Order: sequence, then structure tokens, then C-alpha cells
Amino acid sequence: MAGLKDRSIRAALQSYEWLEHRLGLIKPLSAAATHPTPSSNASWLYVFGSAATVLLVMQVMTGILLALVYSPSANEAWGSLQFLNHNVALGWYLRALHGWGSDFMIAIVLLHMVQVFLFGAFKFPRELTWIIGVLLLLLTLGMAFTGQVLRFDQDAYWGLGIGASILSRVPVIGAPLVHMMLGGPIIGGATLSRFFALHVFVIPGLLLAGVGVHIWMTLLHGVSDWPMPGRLVSKATYEQEYHELAEKTGIPFVPDAAWKDAVFAAAIMFSVMACAFFFGPFGPGGPPDPTIIQSVPKPDFAFLWIYAVLAFLPASLETAVILVVPVLAIAGLLLLPLIAGEGERHWARRPVAVLSVSVIAVTLGIFTHLGTYTPWSPIMDAWTSTPIPPKYLQGRTPLEHAGALVLQNKQCRNCHVLDGEGGQRGPALDAIAAHMTEDQIIRQVLQGGGNMPAYGNALNPSETKALVRFLLTLRGKDLPPAIDASRSLTDTSEVQVPQAPVAVPERKTP
Amino acid sequence: MSNLLKYPGESSNDSLPPEAKAAAHSRRTFLFKLSVLLNAAVGTVLAVPLVGYLLGPAVKKDASVGAWVNLGRTDDFPVGETRLVDFLSPVNSLGDGETAKVACWVRRISEQRFQVFAVNCAHLGCPVRWFAESKLFMCPCHGGAYYQDGSRAAGPPERGLFEYHTKLDGEALLIHAGNMPTLATQASCKEKPLVQIAPAEAATRSTSWQA
Repeated sequence: MAGLKDRSIRAALQSYEWLEHRLGLIKPLSAAATHPTPSSNASWLYVFGSAATVLLVMQVMTGILLALVYSPSANEAWGSLQFLNHNVALGWYLRALHGWGSDFMIAIVLLHMVQVFLFGAFKFPRELTWIIGVLLLLLTLGMAFTGQVLRFDQDAYWGLGIGASILSRVPVIGAPLVHMMLGGPIIGGATLSRFFALHVFVIPGLLLAGVGVHIWMTLLHGVSDWPMPGRLVSKATYEQEYHELAEKTGIPFVPDAAWKDAVFAAAIMFSVMACAFFFGPFGPGGPPDPTIIQSVPKPDFAFLWIYAVLAFLPASLETAVILVVPVLAIAGLLLLPLIAGEGERHWARRPVAVLSVSVIAVTLGIFTHLGTYTPWSPIMDAWTSTPIPPKYLQGRTPLEHAGALVLQNKQCRNCHVLDGEGGQRGPALDAIAAHMTEDQIIRQVLQGGGNMPAYGNALNPSETKALVRFLLTLRGKDLPPAIDASRSLTDTSEVQVPQAPVAVPERKTP
Repeated sequence: MSNLLKYPGESSNDSLPPEAKAAAHSRRTFLFKLSVLLNAAVGTVLAVPLVGYLLGPAVKKDASVGAWVNLGRTDDFPVGETRLVDFLSPVNSLGDGETAKVACWVRRISEQRFQVFAVNCAHLGCPVRWFAESKLFMCPCHGGAYYQDGSRAAGPPERGLFEYHTKLDGEALLIHAGNMPTLATQASCKEKPLVQIAPAEAATRSTSWQA
């Protein structure tokens, strides 16, 4: 038996030698995998990059499987997704894995970036690794946007419209850019085909090549050592110091450090599978028929913050901000390691870095949160679906009741909240009479202003009268009504000392 | 020296004297440079049509895009009302499917006067909806609002709705449709140039309610 065992071991070794003599990759790869890395960076905070790579591999695999069924034609794309969801065994699960994998990948890539930034790991000699990493982030976001287009539902259609509208703001070459993006004069078959080519060939190719270069540079320079306050990076000494550290405290990356990467990657994969299984695939929403205008287009989660920012930019600044700020932001990220390539790495000694990350994270979080409930958008059906609360109708005169009807029929509720219900584009009206006098309300309703359209053309005098009378009954929890301070002053006779108005003045009705 | 020539004896060059070696080397270097030039030339000849193909959609003249489209009989549009009309884009092509359809808002001002608006909001292109009661177009995306004549009422748009050119051919209402309207590829940009907005109060509009 022992002879048999020896023989089989020898046979296996011989096959290995045969293969490696011809392939020549196994020895260098295993040497790279077991290279010594400073023991300080075998940490749970150093696991995001490998998890992002694992997610990328899963996205490629699920993407290929989806492409077996998906039809990249404007005619059939939406239908083929329905077919995947309902008719192909486990098609829904593959779509869900791909969709949730995309969200997780963006999140992990951002975490990876924040960790590298806060640990100063982008400094010498890893500047180019960071720059390639920034490009990889942009490519990942490009995958997310083009992937949303391939879903080819209403959101995808109008999302393309938003993209084209943004491009159309570029001076001089706006029109050619729009036509380049759409592949023709309108959103159609050519548009979907080119986004398919981008999502399936161009961006993944760049992404895989970029990841290859990124990992190669990580191997070349080693995983950055854990930063220590006061240990400064200097181009003259850093590589020598790193080499000594790896020599002194080095442990083989595989398996001593890599087991944490593997455990984290497994946890992330399990989370993706759990989300896919329990929450299912994203859409598709309504069919991409541009004549169905009862649509409230919204981008995917990763782009909600952009959607929110676009609601708040003043019109005079919008084009400039849309076209200039992204260029500056990306240039800033790319140039960061060239500007701050040396010096302190530890976050405790880099207050500006910590502050920047905090401010950016809070800003993105707030805008994303706003994007989930879009308070700037009129609620298109609020006027028919959200009745006036009964407490605002009790004890009112017939004229005021008629005014409540005008408020409802003229779609005021699409933008105005009563008792927590309605659109939030304009201010809530629950206590409007405590803030505005009758004259002010009439002026505001008829002439508009401050982001409110003028309703002068849509209201006749009796409707206006009734509406304003109803609005004057809305004083919150019995707040005093707003008064015109100048009126009491003009009423004062010359011998009286003017007094600040405290009581509710009697309004003289003619 | 390259790894592949690690056995000098194998190279026939070895027997040559140094001068001849150098001459052969410089001749080969020259030939290599020549071959690089040759490939650059071939690459350029190859690239020109490829880039031309890629830029094809962008170089088409705007004026040549589009055609007159019949929206139906004028009787279908009551005076004073604004209605949604669908039509098939005259510039649709292979495999566009449902996306070849276009919707527009037709407003009949009087017997002979029409206004036809694109549904695409002038802000970022979302589909605006008409509210007859408040005589407003509202956009679901960022809250742009327009008056019945298409002029800007409120919100982020910097101009009024995009308008199609119209003409009446007997009983038929025709519009000129082509490009998807955006700020750069407007359905009709002659009458409504891109202007910076004034505050909403100062916007020019009919003031019949003041009369």
C-alpha cells in the first residue's frame, strides 16, 4: 500500500512539474500569495478591496447568465425581463443577485475608498494605485447607470431623458453629445444597443483590466502598513522602512492575513444572497412607453443624491454647477495623492481629511434621504386622493366650505400639506392665516411668486374670495391671525403715541 | 540582452565581426522603425472610417432631422382645451418598439390657433402633466410648473415648455417633429430663446385677472 501511495504522490508531482514547466504561472502566483506582509495590517479594516473584487466576479458571472436570456432590443428588453422574472426558472433570483450585487459593490467600493483615504494609504509609493482606484469607482458607477438603462422600464427611459438633458447643457457641442449618447435623434433601439455595448463589453473590459493593474500594484508595493501617529511618509525613506517592517513583523499574506478577507467576502456574498432571496429583483417598472406620462421617474439608489441636488440648484447656476463641479471633484480625487503624497498618514493627525469625509458622508446621506421622498415634487394625485381633514371643515360658513372645495379642485394640495397630508413643494397651510394677512394671501394666490405659480388665470373672483376665506380659518392651534402692522399705525391719530400692535385689530368690512 | 537569446552560440550573428554586427543591428533598427511607421499609416487608414462610424449619430445635420406629422382632425380639439396626443416619431428606426411613440400636449387657443408642447420638461426632460383646473403643467421630477401657454410658472426650469411648429392643412393639424427636445435639440427654439429666468413675479404673462 505504501508503495502505491508513494507512486501516486510521485505521479501527482510529475503532472504538476509537467504543467508548471509549460505554464510557468503557478510558482510566481503562489509566491505572490504568500508574500510577507506586516502583521499590523492583518486587520478587519483591510478587507474591503478583496470583497469588492469577489463581488465583481459574481457580477460578471450573474451578468453572463442573464445575457443568456436578456434581449438587448428596445422592442423586447422589457418583455425579456418579465420573462426572466416569471417564466425562467430562478430567473428572478439571478436578476436579484445581479441587482443587489450592484448595490453592495458600490457600497463596498466606497467603504474601501474611505478606509484607504483615512489611513493615508494613497501616499507614496501608492499614488497610482489610488488614481486607478478612482477610475475604478467611476467605472463602477458607470456600470450602475448603464445597468439601470438595461432594465429598460419607465425609470430607465426617463433616466436617459435626464442624462440627455444634462448633456444638452454643454455649450456648443450639446446637440452632437446628445445624439452620440442616444445613437440617434430620439431614445430608441440604438440607445439601448449602445448602453448594452457599454455595460457588457466596454466598461467591464476596462474594469477587469483596471482591477488587474490595481492588484498588481498592491502586490508590487505591498499592502500599506497600519499608520502610526507621527510616523511620516517620506519618499527618501518609506520603502526602506516598509521593507524592514515586512522583514521584521512579516507574516505570509496567505493564509495568515487572507483568512479575514475570505471570511468578510463570504459574509458579503451571504448578505447579497439573503437580500436577493428575501427582497427579490428590482423591477422592471412600467413599460418604456413614452406616451404613458403618468410616471414619476426616479433613479436607482446610488444616484438619488444627484436627483436631489438637481432639485435645489437655482436655475441661474444649474448649468454651471452640473458641468463644472463633477470635473473639479474628479480632478480633486485624481490629484489628491500627487498633492498630498508625503507626510502624516494617521487620521488622528489629519483633521481636514476626517472633516472632509464626515461632511461628504453627511451631505450624500441627507441628499439621498431627501431623494427617497422628494419633498420638492408635487404629489400629482393629492388633489383627488387626499381629502381635507374634517376638523378643518367643522364650524365653517358655507362660503368657507366652498373655499375648501376650491382648494381641493384647483390642485393646491399637490404642493401644500394640510394636517400632514399632501405635497411638500410649498409650505403647509395649517396655520397660514397666522403667518399671512388676507391681503398677502390674495396677492400670493393671484400673483404667485417664491416658487408658486400665479393662479390669477385659473380662479374667478368668487373662487378667489371663497378660497381666501377658507384659508383665513386655518390658524393652527388657535394662533392669533397675522395682522398688518402698518394699518394700525395709519389708523392712529396724530395726538396718540403709536403703540406696538398687540391685540387683534377689528377689520372693518365695508 | 533578451532572455530568449541566452545561448549566444545559437545566434548566427556571433560569427560576425563587431563592425558587421553593428551594421546589421542598425539596419534592423531602421527596418523596425520603418515597420512602426507603416503600421501607424495602416492604423490611421483603419481608424478614420471606424471613428466616422462611431461619430455617425453626432454629425447628422439637425435641419435634416424630422418631418411633418399629422396629429388628427382639428375637430378633435375643442377650443380652449389642452389634450394629450400620441404620434409615431417620424425618425424612428429599426427595433425602436414602444419608444418610437411620442406624446405631446395640443392646446387649441382659437379656431385657427394651436400650440403644441413637448411633454418633456425643459429642466431635465421628465414628462409634464396638464392640470386643467389650475391651468398648469406640472413636472413630477423636480416640481417645474408651466402656465397654459407653456411659459415658465415656477420651479427649476429656466425657460418655458418646448413647442413644436404647427400648421393647418385643411382639417388636419400638423406638427414638425424630429429630435427629442432638450435644451440643445429643441423642438422649436426660434420663438423661445434660452434666457435666464427672471423672478416668477416678473415673468411676462397675460394679466387678464387684473382687468
